[in-house]
Formats: sequence, C-alpha cells, structure tokens
Amino acid sequence: MNIRTLSLIILGIALVLVPFVLKGYLVFQATTIVIYAIAIMGLNILTGLNGQIALGHGAFFAMGAYLMAITLNVWELPFYVGFPIAGVACFVFGFLFGFPALRLEGVYLALATFTLAVAVPPVLKLSFLEPVTGGVMGTLVPAPTTPFGLPLGQDQWMYLLTLLFLFLMYGMAQALKSSRSGRAMMAIRDNPIAARAMGINVALYKTLAFGLSALYAGIAGCLSALVIQFISADSFTFFLSVYLIVGLVVGGAAWFPGALIGGAYIVLVPNLVETFSPPLAGSFYGLLLMVMMLIIPKGASGLIEKFFPRRPSASDTSRPAPREDGGDGPVTIGRPGR
Amino acid sequence: MELFVKYFLSGLATGGIYACVALSVVMIYKAIGHVNFAQGEMATLSTYFAFQGIVWGAPLWLAFLGSLVLSFVGGYLLERLIFRRISGAALMTHVVMFIGLFLLINSSMGLIWDFSVKSFPSPFGQGQIGGLIGYHQVGMLAVTAGALLALSIFYQKTRIGLAMRGIAANPESAKLVGIRVTHLTALGWGISSALGAIAGILIAPIVFLDPFMMLGVIVPSFAGAVLGGLTSPLGAVIGGLTIGIIESLIGAYVPRVGIELKLPIAMAIIVCVLVVKPSGLLGARILKRV
Repeated sequence: MNIRTLSLIILGIALVLVPFVLKGYLVFQATTIVIYAIAIMGLNILTGLNGQIALGHGAFFAMGAYLMAITLNVWELPFYVGFPIAGVACFVFGFLFGFPALRLEGVYLALATFTLAVAVPPVLKLSFLEPVTGGVMGTLVPAPTTPFGLPLGQDQWMYLLTLLFLFLMYGMAQALKSSRSGRAMMAIRDNPIAARAMGINVALYKTLAFGLSALYAGIAGCLSALVIQFISADSFTFFLSVYLIVGLVVGGAAWFPGALIGGAYIVLVPNLVETFSPPLAGSFYGLLLMVMMLIIPKGASGLIEKFFPRRPSASDTSRPAPREDGGDGPVTIGRPGR
Repeated sequence: MELFVKYFLSGLATGGIYACVALSVVMIYKAIGHVNFAQGEMATLSTYFAFQGIVWGAPLWLAFLGSLVLSFVGGYLLERLIFRRISGAALMTHVVMFIGLFLLINSSMGLIWDFSVKSFPSPFGQGQIGGLIGYHQVGMLAVTAGALLALSIFYQKTRIGLAMRGIAANPESAKLVGIRVTHLTALGWGISSALGAIAGILIAPIVFLDPFMMLGVIVPSFAGAVLGGLTSPLGAVIGGLTIGIIESLIGAYVPRVGIELKLPIAMAIIVCVLVVKPSGLLGARILKRV
C-alpha cells in the first residue's frame, strides 16, 4: 500500500467522522462542500479524462434538483427513486444536447453549454411550467427522515447520505478511468486523430463522457434539493456553472480527490471574502482564475505532484505526453512551454 | 399587418444590437480562434463608462465618445498585456481565462456601481413615428448600420483592413510579408471592444443598466454568430438581424409566453444550426489538416 492510497483511506475516514465532530451550520457547510465535489468530479471526467470543456453544468445541477422536487412533490414517490430518475434524465439529456456540438471543434461545445447555462433560469421560471416547477417563487422540498431509527440528527443523516454518494461516484469514476472506455476517453484527450485511427468512435465517447458528467451534476443537484429543502430558479444561475469551473480549476482537472479541494474552495472562500463585501468574492474568483491560468495552470493537483512526485509507472495515465498539434483536447490547462 | 410591420421593425432594431455584438465576437474569433465569453461584460463595462461620464455632467455625446475611446484602448491593452501571453494555448486555457474575465468585470461593476438597476438616457429622445417605431429604435438602426458600414469600408478599402484580413486568412504568411501581426491583433480587439460599447450604449436605454444587462443580449448574439457561421463577419450581421426579428415576432404572436421564451429560442437556434448546418449560413466549412 503506497502513501497515496493510505492518505485517501485516512481522508475517507476523516470525512465520515465530520458530522460527529462538527455541529449545526458547519455540518451543513460540509454537506454543501461534498455536493459540489460530486458535481466537480463530473467535470473531472469530462475535462480531465476526456479533455473537453463545458460551461453549463449548473443547468444539469438544476435539472437534478428539480427532478428530485418533482419526484417528491408531484409524483409523491420516496426520495431514493429521485436519484435514478434524475441520473438517467440528466445522462440522456446531456447525451442528446452534447451530440451536435461534440462532432465539431471544442469551442462549439463551450458555446452551446454557455447558452444552456444562461437560458436555464428563465426556462425554470416559465409561467406555464409553474404547477411543476413552482415558477418564480420556487418550491419546498420535504427532507427525508432518518431511516431505521438510527440515532442521527437530520443534518448528520443528510451529510452521511451525501458522503455515501461521493464514495460511490468516486469509485465509479476510478473504475471508469481504468476501464476500456476510460482509456478510450484518455486517448481522445491526448490525440483525437490517433484515437480515431485506432478505431475509437470519437464522437460516441466524447458524448458519453459529456452525458456521464451531466449525470454527476444531476445527482449533486438532487442532493442539494434534499439538503437545502427549497429550490428556486435563482439558485441555479449562470454563476453556479462558473463556480463549478472555478472548483475544477482550483482542484486540478485530472485528479478526482481534487474535487473536494475545489468544493471546499467555492464554499468557504466566499464566506471569508464576503465578510468584507459580497461582490468582492466574484472579483477575487475572476482574478484568481486568470492568475492561475498564467502561473499554476494545473491547480492543487499540480502543487501536490510538485511536492509528492509520483513514480512513473505503466498505469500512470494522469500525465499525458505534451501535445504538439495544438488540437482541441489537451488536459494540461495552461500556456504551452516556449 | 400593422402589427407585423411594427414588430418587424422593432426586431430589426434589436437585431442591429445583436449584429454588433455577434460581429465583435466573430472578429476576435477570426483573430485568435476562440470565442470571447466576456464580450458582453466588456460591453456592459463600456456602458458604465458612459454612465459615469454622464454622472460627472459631461454632455451625452461626449460621454459616449469617451466611452468608445476608453473601450478601444482597453480592448487593445487587454490583448497586449494579458491575452498575448496565452496565445497559442489550449482551448481550455482560453475558455477559463475568458470566464475569469467575465467574473472579474461583472463583480467589479457591482463593486463600483452596485447592482441596482439604473436608467440610461437615450440620445434620440422619446416619441414615436406614426405609432410604428420609436425615435430611439430609429437611432439604433441608423447607428448600427453606420457602424457596420464604416467597418466594412475599413476592411475592404484601407491598407490596415487588408492586412487584418490577411492575418485572418493566414497569420504565418502575413507575418512573412511584413505585417505586424501582434499589433494588428490587438487593434482587432480594440475595434471589437468599441463595437461592443456601441451595442451596450444603444441597448441600455431599453433594458436599463445593471451588471447583468448583457446576459440577455450575449446569448442571442452568440446565436446570431453561429447562425451566420462563426467565421463570417457578414454572416454575423445577417444572423444577428435574423435572430432579432424572429425573437420579436414570436414575442408578438405567441400569446403570454412569447417574451419569456427569448433565451430558450436563441439556444434552440444554436442547437438546430449545429445539427443541420454546423458551418452556418456563410461560414467556412470546418476542415482540419490531419
């Protein structure tokens, strides 16, 4: 067992212990961090494994949250039914939405998802959808009660449920990474032309990666609806999508545990900065994104690689060879070496 | 029929704004091969410059002129000081940089001028012509048409315009024949940003000024740019005007929800264009050397 696996296990145990050490609002914040981490992990698959960039995952987050609300309020089904419904719906919608854009250059996907992120709040507010979505006012979501008479508080139970999903989704992402499909995705990231020459269906795997990342965002949205117990269109503005990108960049694109760092960053930093002035947080984020692109383009995972260099092994696929053709899809965010 | 003409004209006027923004997006896309997602926020910032000038008591036209000059210089410097450094970098770097710029400008505007909605004066005054079209909309049409005409003359008839077209066609060869590529790329950013300023100043009296003003404009403008083909300036203008007209007519004829559907329609148009004809109406087909 190497030091990386060991530290991941310790991190996992520490995460389980959080709600028994922290109290009240802090547990709520920890839950929010884990929810964002799940959504960011979806972006890790899309950007880190497959080398695409999408700006609209706030839309899938919203979709997941609303589907959970509809499952509970309109169809009156138990909450655990909401997860497969939202997951499948987000996957299918992501798959269908991404397909036209993914056949083209990466910039079209960025453009299409940008418009998706901006267009979703007005759609959620549409007056004829009001019976389902609650319209402008939003709608309340009943929280699931602690099952099996477990001696847990509501916030502790929600945290552990969220954490369970984090572990599941992390396992899924890792399994994907070492599977045939995962390798196909990484091959496309590193060199789409060579990947196609090897017989990989580039459009299919790109769309698959996009659908999967939408699924992650959708599940995160479900959890957020349950935890906050209220949804309205104004919680899912374009800025949610942007914050997810911020988390992705801060945590590092290709490193799944980095998603937690990214999630913690987007939850905690605004709290610190907003003590001075709310819009300052946005300016700070923006400046940070630009400075990071210029100075430490690999995010936190880059810093960890720097201090704990990993021995190169045959299975090490997290660091692709440098691209020479400058095509769309390299994983290394940052300027090229000159 | 009168209803149709009325909404057609008003759509044309809004379409002129979309055309300006779409054109400014296309200009940068042609120069660096990336879409500037912060284009709308840059235009909003330019509008705030004009607003500040008016607050300080400058005459309207002087404030507008000052904003145009500031935007031009700002766009030029933005390329020279920041985006120059990542030229040639991956798509992802550019997208994240533009998103960073978006957040930075948006929040800074909120920080400086707060998030409250401000009214913005129209230089053309109130009133209507024959109950069909407002003075301001006529002014919008005239100014955008003038700006687009001036720009096309600049590109077709001047040496600098020719050099800029040369860079767009083939930067390497342009460099070899002695064109100052870096300087002219920055100049393109300056022009694009000034064009955005015109759009922002013209739309502000209608939608009112706040830091999110351009979010509702940038999406239809992107739709216009994609519809026209991301690489074609003429296409961007035609696309922008078309989107404006479609949007206005749907708002007029679809009861109740027509206006709410503005952004979803723009998005649907983007997706449809990508499915049916990805190169748009006039864009170059996307070919890649293997």
